[in-house]
Amino acid sequence: MINISEVLETNNMVAHEKLDVRTITMGISLLDCADSDLNRMNARIYNKITTCARDLVSTGDAIGREFGVPIVNKRISVTPIALVGGNACKDSNDFVEVARTLDKAAKEVGVNFIGGYSALVSKGMTPADERLIRSIPQAMACTERVCSSVNVGSTKTGLNMDAVRLMGEIVLKTAEATKEQDSLGCAKLVIFCNAPDDNPFMAGAFHGVTEADAIINVGVSGPGVVKTALERVRGESFEVLCETIKKTAFKITRVGQLVAQEASKRLHVPFGIIDLSLAPTPAVGDSVAEILEEIGLERSGAPGTTAALAMLNDQVKKGGIMASSYVGGLSGAFIPVSEDQGMIDAVSEGALTLEKLEAMTCVCSVGLDMIAIPGNTKASTISGIIADEAAIGMVNQKTTAVRLIPVIGKDVGDTAEFGGLLGYAPIIPVNRFSCDAFVGRRGRIPAPVHSFKN
Amino acid sequence: MSKIIITIVGKDRVGIVAKTCSYLADNQMNILDITQTILQDYFNMMMIVDISRAEKSFDDMARELSEVGDAIGVTIRCQREEIFTSMHRI
Repeated sequence: MINISEVLETNNMVAHEKLDVRTITMGISLLDCADSDLNRMNARIYNKITTCARDLVSTGDAIGREFGVPIVNKRISVTPIALVGGNACKDSNDFVEVARTLDKAAKEVGVNFIGGYSALVSKGMTPADERLIRSIPQAMACTERVCSSVNVGSTKTGLNMDAVRLMGEIVLKTAEATKEQDSLGCAKLVIFCNAPDDNPFMAGAFHGVTEADAIINVGVSGPGVVKTALERVRGESFEVLCETIKKTAFKITRVGQLVAQEASKRLHVPFGIIDLSLAPTPAVGDSVAEILEEIGLERSGAPGTTAALAMLNDQVKKGGIMASSYVGGLSGAFIPVSEDQGMIDAVSEGALTLEKLEAMTCVCSVGLDMIAIPGNTKASTISGIIADEAAIGMVNQKTTAVRLIPVIGKDVGDTAEFGGLLGYAPIIPVNRFSCDAFVGRRGRIPAPVHSFKN
Repeated sequence: MSKIIITIVGKDRVGIVAKTCSYLADNQMNILDITQTILQDYFNMMMIVDISRAEKSFDDMARELSEVGDAIGVTIRCQREEIFTSMHRI
């Protein structure tokens, strides 16, 4: 039987170490909503979402109460809209109407984000893909809760440099369109390489076409729990350090597994996967950077950071995989700058640079995430950064992503304020040298040789 | 069997166990195990309780027990057992 010290340990993790379930995300297929008529399609989309997800928020809250672990966010992900709206949406404005429908549906069911305003263009763009992509700035400006993503490359297909070039322009246009809010629109837009079909975290969540009609995915978290566990093993060997992270990751992931299965049962929707990522928030004590400091670095970005992060990421996965029947999504350590107080401090103090962050993305989840850059950064430079990050993902057969926020009207030394879970961020310097000629070339970079596994 | 864990934390005083167990008995909740410890004057108790014959909903029981706790001056919370078994058992 359970003993009192285990009970106190769990409840302490929740009360003082910020243990929580970061998100329950219901993935909903909208493929059966496709129609040649825009209004009919939007009506179908609205009805399907509000029917499937009607009880999502109340169920999440009930599970949180009954188990005593907060379910912080309830969210929805849908089929990439470029695939759904290909026929009905004759121009970009039509796609914006779909975004508005998604926003309305999200508000109706009470979720705080709905992801899937997306296009998958790793090998090439259809006219519908391009129309959706060009509609992103307006869609992000006129909706609150809709999140967008574009997959521009994969290990199997190579890198679509035409899409990379276009996305540099789109990121800048999205920044312009939302400049009154410190370019917040860009915080809802992710550019991927090797995007997973089942990631439950925003802003890159979408419900891939390989998935069933509806599924429940859960994203756990718990950087605070890991950090507290590591405080008890200060100065110990790497073996002890790794085992501590692994065992703690196991416990954290078990919470997600329990919540996912319970949600699946109550909502009559099959369980998809647990994403066992360590995802920080701006709240005190909920930081991945602080874990790195506890591991032994003065500040994130100091020499040793990449190695420490590689170890952390690996141990989180090892512990979490044992804890869950199905693991998927991104599953690793997240390093979103504006959502992690420790990262913000490291950037402000000059310890952490964009180049070091790029190195770190080789060994952990996500990528260059929630990074504020000068508003006068060129589109081609943004494309160059996207290309670099995508190349890392393509060659290393992992997911990488870019969520950059060029803050219009601000420069290095200023701070962008996004609010809430999106936090705030100091503007980070970007290399000023040009890649116009590189990015200007047309076509695709071919798939790397090691993708030929047959 | 449907089990919950009831935790009681607060300054030690006479009547905590008695008042809580009265509520449980009145509501058909069978106590399977009790552990109690006093840490630096603070009373910590954990009860494993079978609620399969209780008629009230979990939310109602949790709220009423919380009110019993408030009246005595302790914090009483209820959680389904699975949160602990899933974290601490392979």
